[in-house]
Amino acid sequence: MNNRFKTLSKGIIDVSPLMIPVVPFGIIYGVIGMEVGLSAYMTFGMSIIIFGGASQIVLLQLFSGGASSLVAITSVTAVNSRHLLYGAVFSEYLSHLKLRWKIILSYVLIDQAFAVSNIYFKKNLNNKYKHYHLLGAGFTCWIIWQISTILGIVLGSVVPEELGLSFTISLTFLALLINDFRKFKNVIVMLASGIIATIGYNAIPFQAYIIVATLSALLVATIITLIDRKKK
Amino acid sequence: MHWTTIIYCGILTYLTRFSMIFFLKKDILNEKTKKVLSYVPSAIFPAIIFPPIFLDATGSIDIDSNPKILAAIIAIIIGYFSRSIIATILVGLASYWFLIFVYYQ
Repeated sequence: MNNRFKTLSKGIIDVSPLMIPVVPFGIIYGVIGMEVGLSAYMTFGMSIIIFGGASQIVLLQLFSGGASSLVAITSVTAVNSRHLLYGAVFSEYLSHLKLRWKIILSYVLIDQAFAVSNIYFKKNLNNKYKHYHLLGAGFTCWIIWQISTILGIVLGSVVPEELGLSFTISLTFLALLINDFRKFKNVIVMLASGIIATIGYNAIPFQAYIIVATLSALLVATIITLIDRKKK
Repeated sequence: MHWTTIIYCGILTYLTRFSMIFFLKKDILNEKTKKVLSYVPSAIFPAIIFPPIFLDATGSIDIDSNPKILAAIIAIIIGYFSRSIIATILVGLASYWFLIFVYYQ
């Protein structure tokens, strides 16, 4: 087996367990897209064009709340700003690649692919084809996300509204934070964000509460980080 | 919702992924910046989680006999101990259904 194919397969295998929660997440996204009254083409188009589950659900929520395009775009960018960190970490491993590789790999650099390829890259610094790992992991996520979006769109037209599936938005994001519940500093940042958003929901115009709450909570995070520095 | 909004969102999302890989030659973000960026999920997600749970349809705060608060607390407890994304979502949803269809009926 050649090394490229081996690395690609390793990426696919490594990311597979992380696809288990992605399937219901994609289905929820598709169902909610239908529930808020978006067309099937637009719901699916968002999965292709944006390809970022959390931000797509935020966009649906803002759309149903009647937010302006500017607020929607800013909020989506804020939610996805965490990718800057992924890119920053991976630049070390990928900076030698040709531009076309960087263009392709950037499209699939999402949470799950980052998580598994980051572990692989650290352990396999000398593998000349290590970027194939990210290619395998990333496109596995891509295919699973598109299939589950379609499933959700199909189910969305038959699932009754009384089930209150929009509550799964809150649950899904809550589930994405479970690893941070044990970290006291993260909990402070979470509470700051949540409380400001709840109070600001009515007080802040144009549905900009997500951005305002996020920036305020990041300010809290910055202060925590600075205080931490001084102690050391 | 317009296609143009979606396309702008797509371009900006792509740039958040591409820019650092493209521009950084080596690791130039300092440790402090990285530390702050690691708080991004904790800073954003609660802003999405809290309002639909604590606010009712009219936008006022609703904390008496609110099934969403109870179900969210149960989900947090399950998440804390199991560290399983799927268990957190499923138990939270099951608790919510139990509360709205059985307990509060």
